Amino acid sequence: MAERERGLAAPQSGQFQVRTQVMSDDDVSRAIRRMAHEILERNHGADDVVIIGMQTGGVDLAHRLAADISMIEEVETGSVPVGTLDATMHRDDFGLRPVMPEAATKMPADPTGKVIVLVDDVLYTGRTVRAALDAIHSYGRPRAIQLAVMVDRGHRELPIRPDYVGKNLPTRKDEIVDVNADGVDLGDIT
Amino acid sequence: MIGGERHLLSMADLDRDDIEQLMTLTDSFAEVGERSIPKVPALRGKTIAWLFYEDSTRTRLSFETAAKRLSADTMNFNVSSSSVNKGESLRDTVETITAMGVDGIVVRHRAAGAPHRVAEWVDASVINAGDGWHQHPTQSLLDLYTAREHLGDLDGKHIAIVGDIKHSRVARSNALAFATMGAEVTLVAPKTLLPTHLEGWPVTVTHNLDEVVDDLDICYLLRMQLERQTDAVVPSLREFHTEFGLDVRRADRLGDALIMHPGPMNRGVEIAGEVADRPNAVITEQVANGVSVRMAVLFLLLGSGLDIVDGKRVAA
Repeated sequence: MAERERGLAAPQSGQFQVRTQVMSDDDVSRAIRRMAHEILERNHGADDVVIIGMQTGGVDLAHRLAADISMIEEVETGSVPVGTLDATMHRDDFGLRPVMPEAATKMPADPTGKVIVLVDDVLYTGRTVRAALDAIHSYGRPRAIQLAVMVDRGHRELPIRPDYVGKNLPTRKDEIVDVNADGVDLGDIT
Repeated sequence: MIGGERHLLSMADLDRDDIEQLMTLTDSFAEVGERSIPKVPALRGKTIAWLFYEDSTRTRLSFETAAKRLSADTMNFNVSSSSVNKGESLRDTVETITAMGVDGIVVRHRAAGAPHRVAEWVDASVINAGDGWHQHPTQSLLDLYTAREHLGDLDGKHIAIVGDIKHSRVARSNALAFATMGAEVTLVAPKTLLPTHLEGWPVTVTHNLDEVVDDLDICYLLRMQLERQTDAVVPSLREFHTEFGLDVRRADRLGDALIMHPGPMNRGVEIAGEVADRPNAVITEQVANGVSVRMAVLFLLLGSGLDIVDGKRVAA
């Protein structure tokens, strides 16, 4: 779940009620496969590509993306490095809401000169991505950073756009997008 | 979270869940220390004042490093060159500092309870960096973190705290801290170096190090605090070393058990020089972990954005 939807953020509180399923498990798998192809096409192969999953919602997607890339390129699974990143410490909303690191950051060796593909489940305001861009630069200077998300739900508050999108999903601000093991749900907090 | 308090004054304020939470948080900050630029903007715009009425190098530097890695501003207060020498009271000094606008005050004082008094006077978060013989909570947290890195869960593990228990705030903090995490705590010291009253301490006591040295998971050595001792408590340092020091012979009997020391060490008194450099002596790791633990404490109290309602931290 995107960070807004998790317990820490409290703009809304209550129970998450699913209204519709917008992507099934298979739809998600197909989208991951397509994004894997797009990443390879754009970067002319998988050399120097490092996949970084945002804690916690992007981690599983990052591993699936890396596995698909390895399969398509017919290289050994694990040869595309996967890392995880918790950018909490670089957020801009300290003092506005409770902020707590959630899970460990594990960056693969020095990212300098690599192409980092940042993976998250839901792209919303873009503030988490901004924090992540900041965090990555304290590890080194990548050649490029690209962004892959399963759902782009709009309502950006910063000039940030994704390079690879699973699904563009127009939403209202009070709706909640939940990416889980069975697919993608759209619902409300009641 | 930290017992719902906005201060960190004593290990007695923390229960097992609080400590577990702090240990997890410390992992995140340990990772920050490994980056090529080990700095995060989490406490940007916050000011922390150091109020050290007692000598300290490692604690002070450790807090300073932690604050800088969190991008906090720090205010240095050097007692020896301050108005304290002109007769200013602790209260007036504290009020002067808070008038300048600080978010956190880290206090070390020779009098037990001084940080508690400071906490009553100010709105800022107060962190006890050692008060007299009483408590040194961040030392305990870094010791727990170091021990857990090597031993995992401390439940049922056996730790001996050896040496000058009487004059040691680390002993008081750590006996409580390790017992809270489920470890079995044994104090080892001559009668003259034990506190007169041990009722309520979650510990067993022995006067013979050789009795316990074979079945320990952690051997925690304390410094002989000669500056706090008012009269002769041991016949000689050499005799203390023979009876209670961790010499080569006893260190061999420890096997893989961790050797810990809060520093500064008196080589040849509580620990033989050669023993301090063994691979199972994790004394420099303790120092390194100190920075991460103090980052976690500073962040939790000053930066996590949890609101203070009636003196308790709650989610906004």
